[in-house]
Amino acid sequence: MTYARRAWIVLQKDLLIERRSKEQTNALLFFCLLLLFLFQFALGPDRERLTAALPGLLWLGFILAGLLGLGRSFLAERENDCWEGLRLTPGDKSAIYLGKLAGNCVLMAAVEVVLVVLFGVFYDVDLWTPAAPLALVLALGTLGLASVGTLFAAMTSQARARELLFPVLLLPVQVPVLLATVSATQALLLGQPLADVAHWLKLLAGADCVYVTIGVLTFEFVLEG
Amino acid sequence: MITRVLGWLAALGLLAGLAAGFGYAPPEAVQGNVQRIMYLHVPSILTAYLAFGLVLIGSIAYLATRRPRWDRLASASAELGVLFTAVTIVSGSIWGKPTWGTWWTWDARLTSTAILLLVYVGYLMLRGLVDDREARGRYAAVVGILATVNIPIVHFSVKWWRALHQPSTILGPEPSPIDPAIGLALFVNWLAFTLLFAYFLSRRIEIARLEES
Amino acid sequence: MIAAQDLRKAFGPTLVLDGVSLALPRGRCLAVLGPNGAGKTTLLRLLATLQRPTSGTVTIDGVDAVREPDRVRPLLGVVAHGSYVYEDLTARENLRFWETLRGGDPSAARVAAALAQVELDAVADERVRTFSAGMKRRLGLARVLLAEARLLLLDEPFTGLDRRGQKWVNEFLLAFKAGGGTAVVATHSLGGSLAVADRIAILAQGRLVLDRPATDLSPEALHRLYESLTEGAEAAP
Repeated sequence: MTYARRAWIVLQKDLLIERRSKEQTNALLFFCLLLLFLFQFALGPDRERLTAALPGLLWLGFILAGLLGLGRSFLAERENDCWEGLRLTPGDKSAIYLGKLAGNCVLMAAVEVVLVVLFGVFYDVDLWTPAAPLALVLALGTLGLASVGTLFAAMTSQARARELLFPVLLLPVQVPVLLATVSATQALLLGQPLADVAHWLKLLAGADCVYVTIGVLTFEFVLEG
Repeated sequence: MITRVLGWLAALGLLAGLAAGFGYAPPEAVQGNVQRIMYLHVPSILTAYLAFGLVLIGSIAYLATRRPRWDRLASASAELGVLFTAVTIVSGSIWGKPTWGTWWTWDARLTSTAILLLVYVGYLMLRGLVDDREARGRYAAVVGILATVNIPIVHFSVKWWRALHQPSTILGPEPSPIDPAIGLALFVNWLAFTLLFAYFLSRRIEIARLEES
Repeated sequence: MIAAQDLRKAFGPTLVLDGVSLALPRGRCLAVLGPNGAGKTTLLRLLATLQRPTSGTVTIDGVDAVREPDRVRPLLGVVAHGSYVYEDLTARENLRFWETLRGGDPSAARVAAALAQVELDAVADERVRTFSAGMKRRLGLARVLLAEARLLLLDEPFTGLDRRGQKWVNEFLLAFKAGGGTAVVATHSLGGSLAVADRIAILAQGRLVLDRPATDLSPEALHRLYESLTEGAEAAP
């Protein structure tokens, strides 16, 4: 009970700070919009090529936005040494990890919704029909990205060259999530039923369980001094 | 003392491996002499897996005990794992050119081995960018655990994503149809590489210990 | 209440603390004096379980703080250079966050009482970003009060405060002691700490060069001793 309340207050605090520092959230959304233009310029006006590359582009967008969003998620803890305050808090540190993870998932979900809508409008793809199964893939993929991202962001926030180190550390580990989500998204956009991507969903769910478990078990060691 | 003995054993083993690979074993029926690069390729990847297994053990033990020796084990193993993975990829690439007609193809095992390399290069970069010795050990241990546990997930995802490669003949579940002489030569080379790894490992740990004191 | 035995802390080849031992009973205040770089902050961080000593022990209320930091942390109240406040939250929200995270009782009445005690009730709903350094430190003290800490560890609490602010901190410490609390204050300001300290310790180049009851020392005697004991230390790299 206390554990849930502690995780909840961390989530609440992060969302409050995110809401108050609107400029940063807005900059992130603006970045998503720029990505769309970038993809268009890189691939040219050929509609067929765009449609074929769409699932990959979509996830590339999520991951780039996620790298920026997740990488920032421990900056507030560095200010005024709040990081040390968290360390001095008695009790199970994994509650802090779960609160942070939940906050990052909410942030990423917001960015993803905006990106999906922009993709639908600008590239004229029907994302509405497969919306429900697509949302499931998005949710599982986001959890995978955010669970490892939260853990790595916590440690790279204490390192030199963290803007570089964070993606270099996170991206190779996230290859399975990327492959699974892109493949599943591709199949769903081609109108295949959810059953056809069941093996990818199972892989994602399994990976999420492993990542969150490792995060819960090891966050204490990242925070500890 | 043990290190020196290991060094001589590894040297002897490598000589024996060369003799077994080039003298004793016959050319393979289909691929001919090209196949002999397997005596380098297969032992290196097995050694790399051994190294990454030791990273996992060293990382968990470091978090549990906070003894620097476990951190040194994990760090030295990761360096050697990267080295042997690189050897695997380069030798596989050399084998691929005459066999597949290309240096590189995005085939499943090649790709997942390359990802393995990237993950542990990231691990070594993290070590280089955290100054506090104690924090470096903790962070690296967390990444080391995640990276090693992640290996099977990477393996399956890449395998499903693309399946072109011939099935693995050494680790595969089906009985291997290889010539016993080739099998013996592979075994000798594997033993030699494991000895070489043990020698490098104990040297590297020794150097790390001296650097710290 | 708190005892340290032969504390050593090395960062790489440099020994920052070299065999520091001290003991402080409940309800007393210890002032640790010394020039910059003497190891005061490191000593405080070891006592606060923020860092582990290279060797030596810290015992708080009979518990080994190095082995079982989580058992002593509920007793500790740490206010250091960074005052553990989030710039984008209000004073009230900050207190509510830390108290909830600690597993305490974050009720509005308790938070308001703590804010009143550190005289921040007028700005309780303003964002911390607008606060001065002294106000942030006071907010840190409110967090400690709310957590009902029994052992206060303060790092340079007088820096950046005017005479009135220093007096305020001293009064706060007196009230805290009167309530049975114990405090360790690390400072390089000789004047600020004398009024409340029961014991004075001087740290120079990682060693404890003086540890005496404050009643033995007049302000002038302390100044003379401080000058002679820390001579040359400031210039040392």
